[in-house]
Amino acid sequence: MSFALSYNVVLVMIGAGLLGIAAGVTGTFMFLRKRALLSDAVSHATLPGLCGGFIVMVALGGTGRALEGLLIGSTISAALGLWVVQFLKTRTRLTEDAAIGAVLSSFFGLGVVMLTLIQTMSAGQQAGLDHLLLGSTAAMLREDAQIIAAGGALVLCIALILHRPMMLTAFDENFAQSLGLNLRLIDGAAMALILAVTVIGLKIVGLILIVALLIIPSVTARMISNRAHHITPLAGVIGGVSGMVGAGISSLAPDLPTGAIIVLVSSGFFLFALFFAPARGVLASAARARKFQRRVHRRQGLLALAQGYHVHEPYTRKLLQHDGYLRADGVLTERGEDAAKAALRDETRLAYLRRNPVYSEFLSRHDGLSDLSRSFTRDELHHIDRAMETKA
Amino acid sequence: MSGAEFVPLSLTPILIGVFAAISCALPGNFLVLRKQALMGDAISHVVLPGIVVGFLITRSLDAWAMLLGAAAAALFSVVAIDVIRRISRIETGAIMGVVFTTLFALGVLLLEQSDASSVHLDVEHALMGNLESLIWLEARGWSSLLDPKALASLPPELPRLALSLVLILGLMLIFWRPLKISTFDEGYAESLGLPVRAISLGLVMVAALAAVTAFDAVGSIIVIAMFICPAAAARLMTDRLSAQIWWSVVFACLSAILGYILAGYGPMWIGFDHAVSAAGMIATISGLILGICAVFGPKRQARTG
Repeated sequence: MSFALSYNVVLVMIGAGLLGIAAGVTGTFMFLRKRALLSDAVSHATLPGLCGGFIVMVALGGTGRALEGLLIGSTISAALGLWVVQFLKTRTRLTEDAAIGAVLSSFFGLGVVMLTLIQTMSAGQQAGLDHLLLGSTAAMLREDAQIIAAGGALVLCIALILHRPMMLTAFDENFAQSLGLNLRLIDGAAMALILAVTVIGLKIVGLILIVALLIIPSVTARMISNRAHHITPLAGVIGGVSGMVGAGISSLAPDLPTGAIIVLVSSGFFLFALFFAPARGVLASAARARKFQRRVHRRQGLLALAQGYHVHEPYTRKLLQHDGYLRADGVLTERGEDAAKAALRDETRLAYLRRNPVYSEFLSRHDGLSDLSRSFTRDELHHIDRAMETKA
Repeated sequence: MSGAEFVPLSLTPILIGVFAAISCALPGNFLVLRKQALMGDAISHVVLPGIVVGFLITRSLDAWAMLLGAAAAALFSVVAIDVIRRISRIETGAIMGVVFTTLFALGVLLLEQSDASSVHLDVEHALMGNLESLIWLEARGWSSLLDPKALASLPPELPRLALSLVLILGLMLIFWRPLKISTFDEGYAESLGLPVRAISLGLVMVAALAAVTAFDAVGSIIVIAMFICPAAAARLMTDRLSAQIWWSVVFACLSAILGYILAGYGPMWIGFDHAVSAAGMIATISGLILGICAVFGPKRQARTG
């Protein structure tokens, strides 16, 4: 018994991991096309189809639990939902977000109506359908776990095959089209992948939270990296680890809901990236702001000293002393004299450039703070100095 | 249907449905025009962790504790979305998705971990509400509407929703001009010296107020549907904002009344002996109305040229 249980847990973990990778890869495409929340509409729109599939199967004399039937039903209703979003967006004046919200809520509402209908049909049989809202691995059968693992692997394979055309489309529609790629086909394939992720993920994560697996890994990857070919693998890894670790953690105790734990693990990755990401993170931008502050203080201090003023502001003094420009008694060192003179010379040049509109192009290359020699060539500086002399 | 049956069993749920629908549809008009329709979606998802935390802190099912918890969660999510968007410079939609799924997952986990689920606090309730159970048992017929003793036993959701509807209506009328200007032309509003960001935040807070007071009675599904569907349908009927708002109110009422009646009596007409979810049916009807407007609405096309 305990062997069977752990075998199931391992299967679920593998399945959740594969599903997470597939979701991360597919979600990145949607995210880069700025349609992240469209997958929310897709996942909610599966509910009426799930219920419809169940009702039809029961009407045909089955138990209504067969995954194939549920899959066909949810595919139909999600495809219908997508078509409605597309219709509202292209044929009416409504924007995509309103279309997404309308489809999401009304399809889900219809699904709930059908769910209550099923609950009255005959007791016992419906057990399991309402688990699909939030996912549950506690009572998962071995066949289910195997289907999930196999399905996850399949979706991942397809996602990897489609990855290149999808990325091309996400970054540059026109370029992709010029290569002869069929945009509608690629968008359609991405939708199909999202649908597959949703349906396979129903049992583990549930249809309300599956959208998290499609969004959070890609957003996290985008936080960490600016490079196109890093984002997808990163999102895949984050999604995979979240799925696997989350499923593992939730198997430790009975009241740790699998879907919620998987989502929270991926949220953990996101929070970490939010603070520590190299360029977009909180710490990085705080450090950037501080560096900028230092540069402003240093430059303003040197300018003031060059014009014979004293600097009393403690932070500026500390900075200049630290750089070796200023002695403790507030007098410039030899290096400080040079730096101050250079700063003043740059400032006069800048003032001259700003007065003459012919130089506006020239000026746009400079940030107003750093040494002019970093923005202009020596010849250009020479030219400016000459022009200033002749003017004077 | 006699008054003796209708008033105690159907009048209060219908009224509650109508009030909830209108109070969500009113701010929904502006959310749809500002391309913030999914803000309503996000807010109604974070209501779940809010009520669970409210329950865990006060250990009571008192409605006010939960309303406060939900309001705090809504406020938190709005601020979190804004702050993270500013820090990360990633598009709002994706950030919204991250924030509301995370908070919803947290709500589910807290619910399972605590004993909250044993005291009739569960995900299904938060999603679907319990409109059908908000009946008025003391009522004996239409005359009870004038009987103070019977009125005292009205479901408390009804006066609460009426109050929040009045509040939302009042705020909308008071801030009508700045709201209208900043919705259609933010740059112009700014040049007039209007506090554009404060208006935007205020609108989202009003939406949160509507979501929080409504979810308790009718569940998140109706809240999301009513934020978007009536306003979107109304947008396809007219070019004038004031007319659009009237249309959205009509559509919201129509969805609530038709939905409730169809859910309660519809299954019996076709031979089933159980009612179906009123919340789900109301959302479905609102979607159908939008569908009809999308095909026949006089202003369905974007104006060209």
